[in-house]
Amino acid sequence: MRLVIAEDSVLLREGLSQILARFGHEVCAGVGDAPALLEAVAEHAPDCVVTDVRMPPGLRDEGLRAALQLRAERPALPILVLSQYVENSYAAELLATGDGVGYLLKDRVGDVAEFTEALERVAAGGTAIDPEVVRRLLARDREPAELRRLTPREREVLAAMAEGRSNGGIARALVISEAAVVKHVRSILTKLDLPPAPDDHRRVLAVLAYLRRPRAVR
Amino acid sequence: MSSDTRVATRAAEAPVADAGSVWQALAGGPTGFLGSLWPLRALGYLLAGGVLGLGWLFLAVGLVLVGIVLLPTGIGVVALLCVPASAAGLAGLERRRLRWLDRRDAPSPHQDASEAARDEPGAGGNAARRALRRLWRRTKSPATWVELGFAVPNAVLSVLDLLVAVVGLGLVASQPFALFTVVGGDQVMYGEGIVLTEAAQVLPWLLLTPVFAALACYLFAALAGARATLARAVLVGPRREKELDARLTEVTASRARLADAFEVERRRIERDLHDGAQQRLTGLIMTLGLAKLDADPALVARAQDEARAVLAELRDLVRGIHPSVLTDRGLGAAVEALAERSALPVRVADGLGARRPAEALEVAAYFAVAEALTNAAKHSGASYAAVTVRGGEELTVEVRDDGRGGADPDGGTGLTGLADRLAVHGGRLRLSSPPGGPTVVRIELPWTDGQDGRGTA
Repeated sequence: MRLVIAEDSVLLREGLSQILARFGHEVCAGVGDAPALLEAVAEHAPDCVVTDVRMPPGLRDEGLRAALQLRAERPALPILVLSQYVENSYAAELLATGDGVGYLLKDRVGDVAEFTEALERVAAGGTAIDPEVVRRLLARDREPAELRRLTPREREVLAAMAEGRSNGGIARALVISEAAVVKHVRSILTKLDLPPAPDDHRRVLAVLAYLRRPRAVR
Repeated sequence: MSSDTRVATRAAEAPVADAGSVWQALAGGPTGFLGSLWPLRALGYLLAGGVLGLGWLFLAVGLVLVGIVLLPTGIGVVALLCVPASAAGLAGLERRRLRWLDRRDAPSPHQDASEAARDEPGAGGNAARRALRRLWRRTKSPATWVELGFAVPNAVLSVLDLLVAVVGLGLVASQPFALFTVVGGDQVMYGEGIVLTEAAQVLPWLLLTPVFAALACYLFAALAGARATLARAVLVGPRREKELDARLTEVTASRARLADAFEVERRRIERDLHDGAQQRLTGLIMTLGLAKLDADPALVARAQDEARAVLAELRDLVRGIHPSVLTDRGLGAAVEALAERSALPVRVADGLGARRPAEALEVAAYFAVAEALTNAAKHSGASYAAVTVRGGEELTVEVRDDGRGGADPDGGTGLTGLADRLAVHGGRLRLSSPPGGPTVVRIELPWTDGQDGRGTA
């Protein structure tokens, strides 16, 4: 597929291009700041966008803002946002724009195969949420009673589900059969009182919404 | 610490300091004033002031006489020394009395007793010696002589205090006394032809008593207020308050500048880490990821280079935060290291040797030198610089360059920030930079010894 990459560090931009090229993707533009990203997307109409959060000119969250703006203009454009830090609110803002979005820590790129899989998932209209975001949501100190009803395996499946993986992806990641995954997912959704969701993205939203909801202090 | 607290307290009181004084009571209208205790307070102030003032006069005259008579024996000297000291004692009482008439603080212009005790070398010796020493210190203080200058005319004024008090009381008492006299069978004569012999005749005159009383009240309050204002002006001394105000302003300003400087520094470190080490490490991870896929020796070699670059970056950053050579080898060695890295040739003369000041001083001096050398290399156009480090009563570090001079402390934040950092340790920064050069930056810090054996472990 054809990609536009936005990343202000030349070193990382080159590294990313190299990895993507290695997997047969075409990087039609590599840019270093948010305005250039908007221009490049208008010019090349890529299949997918990969962008950094912190970029010039302000070195704040320009990349994320540009991503949200692009999503508003072209809701069907898949965007993968890479970040040096995990910020749950960033992930939430991105998810709110619909499916075909991803939010990953930059160092996930090092797991080249996993990274490209996540990228391809996003490009195909799926979702990719960094395991760190999920881990933090799961590890909040006031864990609801419902979560404690899950078996350890079900918790693993829940985490993978929240990251945006499909049943097939979960099966591969946990090295179990897809039928077993389907069984676990159904059990999790029942225990957590979540409605069965028609597609993966809605399923992610439901799970994340469940994990993010404010909990009563006991 | 305690002086800081005092400063803060004073500042907090300032807005209400004018509330509740005798002048305000006077300004508050006759009904409020006459119905209050203020006239009585004013009367008490005048009577006590009169007694104190005259009493001091007799004491002082006595001391002078004794002093002159006994001068040859030496006791006379002590007696004479007691004269200004007694004036200081009177001034202390006067300051305390000020609070009868207004609630404002009346701090003494003298050094605090605790400070004085600390300054006193070796608190040993018997009680008489200590008392003599205290007496001598009092005599030397300029504030004492101001107080003596107050006490003498005050003695004269205190006669006026007593006079007004007595006349006022007399006026108030006059008509009741007249009634008493008439009832007792005597007669009262109010001038030519007005002779009162019966109580009924006196009664209309009795109506004058409230008028006299009101008059006396105003008289007492006005005089007492004026006397208190005079005493405050002379004895409380605007010197100290102004000085404290100025110091408070400066402390507040420099604290704000320091807080800003810390914030800027934190941002710089965050940015350095983000743009430097973090990016490089991420790049390293990517390269390793690719290398894992392809098992390509060239990629592994690149990864190693990237790892080295990260390390170098981190090393520079850590040195910017706190150079380890400073902790391990001291200021001289750290300045040498700075000199080696400087873009300019720098000659270092380390006069400290094995002596080491407290670590905080070393750090403050080190960063001052670093900043001065950076400025010299960047802005001065100098061809060389020299750093001299000396110990003693003070830790002094001089950075001299042969550049074009004209350095302006207000131009960049660098020098002001440095001065603030030094000020924290009671030190200062002197800058001499005439146009055409040379520029000399001199850092002076009061010496405090470092811990023994530090850095040798």
